[in-house]
Formats: sequence, structure tokens, C-alpha cells
Amino acid sequence: MTAITPPTTVTTTSPAPKRGLRLTPSVLIWPAMLYLILTTQVPFFMTVYYSFFRYNLVDPSSRPFIGVQNYVTLLTDPQNLRILGNTVLLAGGSLLLTLILGGALALLLNRQFAGRALLRTLMISSFLVMPIVTAVIWKNMLLNPVFGFFSWVVASLGGQPVDWLAQYPMASVIAMVTWEWTPFAMLILLTGLQSLPDDQIEAARLDGASPMQEFRHIVLPHWMQAIQVVVLMETIALLQVYGEIYGSTSGGPGVATTNLPYFIYQKAFAEYNIGLASAAGVITVILTNILAVYLLKLINRSTSSRGG
Amino acid sequence: MTASPFIRNVSDRHRVRNILLTVLTYLLAAAFLFPLVWMFMAAFKTEAQAFAAPPVFSFTPIFDNFERALPGYLPALKNSLVAAVGSTILAFILGLPAAFALAVYPTRRAQGVLTWMLSTKFMPAVGVIVPLFLLFRNLQLLDTLPGLILMYTTMNLPLVVWMMHSYMTEIPFAIYEAAKVDGATVGQEFFRIALPLSTPGMAATALLCLIFAWNEVFFALNLTSSDAAPLSVFIGSFKTSMGLFWAQLSAAAVLTVLPVLIFGWVAQRQLVRGLSFGAVK
Repeated sequence: MTAITPPTTVTTTSPAPKRGLRLTPSVLIWPAMLYLILTTQVPFFMTVYYSFFRYNLVDPSSRPFIGVQNYVTLLTDPQNLRILGNTVLLAGGSLLLTLILGGALALLLNRQFAGRALLRTLMISSFLVMPIVTAVIWKNMLLNPVFGFFSWVVASLGGQPVDWLAQYPMASVIAMVTWEWTPFAMLILLTGLQSLPDDQIEAARLDGASPMQEFRHIVLPHWMQAIQVVVLMETIALLQVYGEIYGSTSGGPGVATTNLPYFIYQKAFAEYNIGLASAAGVITVILTNILAVYLLKLINRSTSSRGG
Repeated sequence: MTASPFIRNVSDRHRVRNILLTVLTYLLAAAFLFPLVWMFMAAFKTEAQAFAAPPVFSFTPIFDNFERALPGYLPALKNSLVAAVGSTILAFILGLPAAFALAVYPTRRAQGVLTWMLSTKFMPAVGVIVPLFLLFRNLQLLDTLPGLILMYTTMNLPLVVWMMHSYMTEIPFAIYEAAKVDGATVGQEFFRIALPLSTPGMAATALLCLIFAWNEVFFALNLTSSDAAPLSVFIGSFKTSMGLFWAQLSAAAVLTVLPVLIFGWVAQRQLVRGLSFGAVK
């Protein structure tokens, strides 16, 4: 600590520290920048490079340049288009459900009642559980067609036993992912609600606004920022869902629950098809970044309006 | 309920509605927590009880499952701890100076740098995993803890910079100016002012980094196999070979998620800040 604070002259002439100020910031920023460039930008450009080759690790000596052939293969095979569809369906479906459930829970928890603080704390639990724990617990103990808890519920209501992961694979995965991400939506949306000034609500009530009007014209506009944050953060995270699928369906049956990240894992680490996996990786990045650009704009706006 | 101070002043109609809404809240919460409660219960059952149909709700708790899970759990625990703590420390070493510089010496480029750092979070792991895997293979980093630490640092570094930047901008600027007048160097400002005054922020950020690294699955599964396999890989192994031992699986899962649950409950408020990159407070 003392080693890097050289003795400064007591007579502080103003130019001397200023020179230090000019130099120091960029010097301090560069280690973090360089690290991120080396571990994210460089590998990504290598991914783009590999995507133009027929490159299989089983035969690494032969690596012909094939241009956009990998992309053509990816985007013309109907099975691969299904995987693209799965990716969007899984992300979109889970997002919609978490928004509805998380919003309802946020509204319910924004009231005063006994045990509210405890419930609020406990409710974030499923978000903190490791995705792969979620997957194996749901797969084995809840969704199992014979011994699973849900089957027992269905049977005791007089229904037929259901093999959830075989009959409704995508719905099961969406249910799992929704269970995990609802607390995230709830947490952000509840914080958004709580930053709503009381006097605005009171003013609306004094003006004779009905609860519906109050919600539509006061609560909802104020809520929009939190809603947007949930939508964009979750979109980026849900396009990358992997552990839940790995631990439960392994992408099956068939390709019913294979999304882009799981597909890339299969291509790269089971088939060693580096070229095709790279092309799929590039597509995933493009898909994510189209949404990310929008998110960046939003966050820039909110952080600059914070007054800091 | 009638004695509750919160609803003393509302009409009877409102009171009934309020009680119904509270009951609904508790029911929804119970439904949401059920999978976890079920897992915790199974951890203390015999294998036969865990598999029983209809399900067993009352039983004498046993601890055998934890004992049986330990031989596989402990090495994975060690790996998870080293990877999570190591990557958090490395992310702090790299990220704190950057956050400090961006907060205390903001230039016109600062916002751009911050935005760029955040944008690296939008890089899906699958967009970088193939070259990283090949690189790790050539550098003998596959299935090693240093390899895992390097990847988790990438994951957590933008979070450290963003969160610490937001905490450090909250330190009154007058304190830095007073220090400058007294002749403090940039290093002194960093170590004597910025770091001590943002200790709570550092604790919150570290907690988040630890949680994210602990729960990470994708890099763990694809860059480690046995020697450096963290808890996520250990739990993943129950998917196949050991999927029939529900009670033991539950015990292992409880041991895996409990630390994170406790950390997360404690740091709940900071979670919002970290998860939304400070956009919602």
C-alpha cells in the first residue's frame, strides 16, 4: 500500500498532480479492459473465423474453407429451424409467464400484512437455486411419471398418470425455467413499485380515481422502467438457458427441447463439429445482441437520469 | 388479524378483501416454495420413503443421506469454493481500479467504457466456448481450477466494475477534493478514501460474484471433467448414474444450495442493484 504511494512534495504545485490525473485513469482501466478483450472479443472473432471452415476435431488435419456453407446448413435444415424456434419459444414463453406471475406477486407483496418481510425474503429462493439442481429435482421428484409428486396430485384428483417430460417436454422445461425466474421478476418489479411516491397515489385518490384508473395512469407508467429491465435482462439470460435442459431432458425427446446453447454443446462436445457449432454460436450472439442494443440504450438512459 | 395495526383504519369490506389477498399471497408463496421444501424433506427420508407413492409427509428424520453424499460432495465443494473465491478476488483486483478511475476521474469516454464492459455480459457463453475450449486444451488448462477461475472472472468482472462504479460515485466528491488539497496521490485516494468508504458495496458485490460463480453450469460442464469439477458437475452426475437415489440426491442438493440461499436471503436488497446493473433501485 505504502509502496505505491511515493512521497509527494509538500508544496503542491497544481500542474504536478494534474499530470498524474491525466495518466492514471486510463492506466487503471486497462487491466480490466484487456482482460475482457482477451476473454470475450478475441474468442468471439475466432468463433466467427472457425464458422467459415469445415472443421471437425475427429479429423483436425483437414480444415477446408467452405465460406457460409455452415450457415446455409444451419438455416435450411428444418430440424435446425425447429431448434431456433425452440430457443425463441422457451425464452419468450418463460418471459411472459415470469412477468405475469412476478408482477402479481409484486403487487401482492407490496401490501402491508403480517409476515410480509419474511415472505419477500423466502420468495427469492428458487432464483438462487443452481439451475442444474432445479433440473434434477424437478425431473426426478416432481415430474417422474410413476413416483413424482405431480403425478400423485393428478392421480388423487382422479386423472391418468402423465409422463410430463415425454408428453409435454417444452411445457415442462418452461415451467421449470418460469419457477426459477419468477423471483427475479418479482424482486425487480417490487422494487419498482416501492419507489413510487405515496403522494402521487394520494393525489390520485383525492381526485376520485378508481383503483383501475390509479393502476393504469399512475402505477403502470412508473412501473415501465422496471418492466423493461426485467424484459431485457431475462431475454438475454433465457436465450442462454442450458443447465435446466442438460439436467432434465437432454434436449429431447428428439429435438423437442433443444435450444441453441444446448445444440452448440452437442455439436461441439459430442460430435466435435467445430465449424457448425461456431456458426450456431455466431447466430446466438447476433440474436442476443439485437436485443442487447436496445437494453444498452435503456440502461444508459436510466443511469444518466439518476443525476449522478 | 383484527389487531394488526396496518388495517385498523380501513372499512370492513376492505378488511375482508385484504385478508383474502393475504391468504392468496401465502398460498402462492407456499406453491412456489414447495419444490424446495420437498427436496429438503427428502434429504432426511430413507430411500424407500423418498420414492413412496403416495408421498410420505411425516417421518422420522435421518442423517444417513448426508453421510453418503459426502465422499462425492467434499472434493466438488473444495473446487467450487476455490473457483468462486479465486474468481471473485481476481475480478476485484482487475475491476476495483477501473471502477475507481471511471467514478472519480470521469472522462467523456468513461460512459462508453462502462457500456462496453456491460456489453461483454451480452456475449453468450456459446459464442466463445469453442475457441476457449481449444485454447484451454492447448494450454493444458482443461479440467484445472485456474482455467475455471479465468472464465468466472470474465463473467464477474463487468459486474464488479459496474456495481463498484455505482457505489464509488456515491462518495461525496468533496472528500476527494479535500484530500487533493492535502496533497494526496491517486493511490492514496484509492486506498485511503475510495476503498474504505465503499466497503459495504464491496461486500455486496463480492456476495453476488460468489453466488454467480457457485451456480455457474455451462463453463463448469464443458471445461472440467473430474479433477476440477465443481458442485454443478457433481449434481449433474446424478442425472444419469445416480438418478435413482432420491434421498441422497436431495441431501447433496441441500448441501449445495443452502450456502447460496443463506447468502442470497441476507443480501436480498443488494441483489436488485446487482441484477439490474443499478438501473432499478
